[in-house]
Amino acid sequence: MGEVAAFPPEAGDAELAAAHAAAAAVCDPEVPVLTIEDLGVLRAVTRGEAGIEVTITPTYSGCPAMDLIAMQVDLALEKAGISRRTVRLSLSPAWTTDWMSEAGKEKLRAYGIAPPVGKARGRAALFGVEAVACPHCGSAETERVSEFGSTACKAHWRCLSCREPFDYFKCI
Amino acid sequence: METPLFTYTLRLADNALVLGHRLSEWCGHGPMLEEDLALANMALDLIGQARNLYTHAGAIEGKGRSEDDLAYLRDCPDWRNILLVERPRGDFAFTILRQFLYAAFMHPYFERLAASKDETLAAIAAKSVKEMAYHLRHSAEWVIRLGDGTGESAARLKEALEDLWPFTGEMFEVDAVERALIEAGIAVDPAAIRPAWDATIDHVFGEALLARPRDGWMQTGGRRGEHSEHLGHLLTDLQFLQRTYPGATW
Repeated sequence: MGEVAAFPPEAGDAELAAAHAAAAAVCDPEVPVLTIEDLGVLRAVTRGEAGIEVTITPTYSGCPAMDLIAMQVDLALEKAGISRRTVRLSLSPAWTTDWMSEAGKEKLRAYGIAPPVGKARGRAALFGVEAVACPHCGSAETERVSEFGSTACKAHWRCLSCREPFDYFKCI
Repeated sequence: METPLFTYTLRLADNALVLGHRLSEWCGHGPMLEEDLALANMALDLIGQARNLYTHAGAIEGKGRSEDDLAYLRDCPDWRNILLVERPRGDFAFTILRQFLYAAFMHPYFERLAASKDETLAAIAAKSVKEMAYHLRHSAEWVIRLGDGTGESAARLKEALEDLWPFTGEMFEVDAVERALIEAGIAVDPAAIRPAWDATIDHVFGEALLARPRDGWMQTGGRRGEHSEHLGHLLTDLQFLQRTYPGATW
């Protein structure tokens, strides 16, 4: 995780722990097999003057799922019995696929989406030639159809072995 | 009275929203499905950048104006975008070449703005630079494919370049508003972008067999609120709902 994450919560604060558990269980509306914690979208759960504060960050500037995620986090905390709470959107530091957990990458693959390959370190990762394995048959014989896919975070690829099209979660 | 930081942030926001709107006009009309999705994706990135910038501009101004107020309730003379982005979308060659010219400038620009002393601008830039890297790569690939393609595609690209090139000078303009912010370490000096811009343009045009036009007389005015008639038509579409049903939400 990145430098702003405040996990695990301080020992002895049961409400904070419950808030963290509730927020961490919220799933991404576009990729429902991943939680926002798997994705690295959940950045921090802390206690402030206004109660529990949950900080989330968007994957892309125009990610249309952010409003819904914020609403779902708010709802999850309500269900966990936490009445004093705020959900805060943070832009800095900018989200990167490096924050995606290994468990999250495995869940993506099982769901049929190729997880991001390598580390997002500047232009080299963006402009280098990527070898993306097919999430269906595992073949490395794949080709990019389009830089842009079904959502802002994915590109459209095709497997040359099993002939199946698939989404690739872009490395940024 | 606008403060320099408000004007500067608004210029960045207006560029992103107007170009995002132009790209969104392709939705459902792309030359093929993959490209339709690509143009819509790039539009989404730009509109997202604009939302963040408008929210920041509203906070700087401190009069309670929201991102929606700034996007939907200003008339033409209050818009601060460069004229390049308000040109009608034209054909696909025109759209993709404009996207390339904008991304070739904005990618290195955001790289530098990410070190701005204004923390919010720096955060927005650090996010946006990743998106512009994709726009640059995608549009550059198309410029090469069209330029080094058929007689028809090369001719259309050349025609688009002749139309668009005189609009590139405005990206490098610096006025008193921006000069003070540059000196304060908040804004980016576009002169510092010039080497990266030249390198990208020369490399891609070389591959595309496209002759780089000379930097002659350049169009100007958008950043001061002097726009072509095209912006008015764009705003009638963009702002229709809020103008017709003020305050409508869903």
